Amino acid sequence: MMTDFGRLEYEKLTEKRALFIAGLILILVALVGVAVTLGSADLPVADSYLAILAGLFPGVVDLPDRMVESNAVGIVWGWRLHRVLFAIVAGFGLAIAGTVMQGVLRNPLASPFTLGIASAASCGASIAIILGAGFLSGYLVIGNAFLFAMLAAGAIYGMARLKGLGSETMILAGIALMYLFSAITSFLQYLGTSEKVQEVVFWMFGSLDKSSWPKLAIVAVVVAAVVPPLLWRAWDLNALAEGDEVAKSLGVPVERSMAGFMLAASLVTAVIICFTGTIGFIGLVAPHITRMAIGADYRTLIPASGLVGAVLLLGADCLARTAIAGAIIPVGIMTAFLGIPFFLYLFMRRRDV
Amino acid sequence: MAPLLCARGLSFSYRDRQALADVSFSLDRGEVLGLVGPNGSGKTTLIRCLDRILDPEGDLRLDGRDLSSMSRTEIARTIAYVPQNGGISSSATVFETILMGRRPHLRWSVSEEDKWKVSEALALLDIGGFASRRVDRLSGGERQRVLIARALAQDARLLLLDEPTSALDMRNQIEVMALLARLAEEHRLAVVAAIHDLNLAARYCHRIMMLKEGRVLGQGAPSSLLTGGMMRAVYGIEAVVKDEMGVPYVVPLRPLENDNLAEIL
Repeated sequence: MMTDFGRLEYEKLTEKRALFIAGLILILVALVGVAVTLGSADLPVADSYLAILAGLFPGVVDLPDRMVESNAVGIVWGWRLHRVLFAIVAGFGLAIAGTVMQGVLRNPLASPFTLGIASAASCGASIAIILGAGFLSGYLVIGNAFLFAMLAAGAIYGMARLKGLGSETMILAGIALMYLFSAITSFLQYLGTSEKVQEVVFWMFGSLDKSSWPKLAIVAVVVAAVVPPLLWRAWDLNALAEGDEVAKSLGVPVERSMAGFMLAASLVTAVIICFTGTIGFIGLVAPHITRMAIGADYRTLIPASGLVGAVLLLGADCLARTAIAGAIIPVGIMTAFLGIPFFLYLFMRRRDV
Repeated sequence: MAPLLCARGLSFSYRDRQALADVSFSLDRGEVLGLVGPNGSGKTTLIRCLDRILDPEGDLRLDGRDLSSMSRTEIARTIAYVPQNGGISSSATVFETILMGRRPHLRWSVSEEDKWKVSEALALLDIGGFASRRVDRLSGGERQRVLIARALAQDARLLLLDEPTSALDMRNQIEVMALLARLAEEHRLAVVAAIHDLNLAARYCHRIMMLKEGRVLGQGAPSSLLTGGMMRAVYGIEAVVKDEMGVPYVVPLRPLENDNLAEIL
């Protein structure tokens, strides 16, 4: 009986996906080496890996004298590595949030930004900076940005729930909120002094300059807590891509799943952008690039897209720090500069096929 | 043996509009039931209720078990739903789309058995040749077969199809209907299909249920149900019903209301 149809090709596709993920991990490891060398103190790539290892396994790695003299380990672990890792975790998180949102809403435009979550965070930050009002004393800006982002996500969910949780309703509600929060932010800027306004503008650029080990730990814990359940429910996302009805008929508890996915994606986004400001386009571009490369099985799409996001954000940060000598361009600006032309190129190319 | 599916007094309303009223029927293994009736008569609603995509009032039993006491996954292992053709936005391959039918059975990883089931469904529908093509690049007929293949991979005992032939050309229409009849017979599946084309329904369904405004106007063998009187009552048309080798064949003539108008013109 001829029942081998398609199985061989499916095996090949599975292999291709594994290779893609392995390739991304290698690229990421290479990028870490390069990224750690960037800074005022000179450090060759090989030494940067040694320094990372020496910090991880103190006493095991035999450091050459020049590295001991220059305090390479101290520089890498004290100043540089948390920023590099923050870029990786933030890129990973923003990308999976975008992937999940696009999957649940079945809309290629869905991302933390088009859903108004980012502009809500900006609005919260502006209130903290300009009015000095907020929820978490001592961390006004971070606390406000996080709470407003979650508030926006909750509002979208609530509105959609009232109207039956359709994906169009959610996106429309998101876009409406985006304009509302942008308007509030503009109004606050109109009221604020020029120093405060400048501070808001810098916050909104999005940058990794304020990264630190404790912040990295918070973001990493949230991302690490959210990814396993998302992966575990990847089949639900696969089924949801076929429409709510089909998903239901395949046994997916549609409303509950959608709410869970949106909550997870919003939480990850909020916890990242409250520390970095708005870093755009990773959440929009990474899922598309990955889908074009390895197709739409969310079991591999989620981790692969996260890795693409990590590579993009870390790569963009490296460029942002080196493009203009002596100046660091905010990475949020760089991701837009790099992301958009690349994105358009991919779409033009796909049209030809 | 009790019938596979038994529905008693099913009713369903969308907000203020009643879409189904007091629908009762039963269905055996190996049987093909055709749902016919004008647009908006409740065919699609009934199919969605049978899969509990919608929650109807009334009693719905599968193998004697109350469907409302079963979990979504349990229902998905027994009942497969093929939506109306179109609306596929997924960029998945044919193989992956059919593999989706295994979702109620698998936990996370895809086993050899899952892949084998997919291959079997591909072979049954004669679409193995484009297993690796993307679904959004298929023709209407090919896509319909993929959707049916997914339902088969689901290993269900009851297939629900919403207008499986409406987007197809003549050849594909009879091929799909013949396939459903064959599957029902060979695999002892029960099939419920909403169909607009009365003649297709008459030829391939064992039984037909005629719906109008959410109510059952009659059910039974095609030859007893499809009569000139029924055409007038349900569709408001004058029609001749011929006999083609034991199968009724409906030739629509003209709408009833426009009778006078046609004479004046």
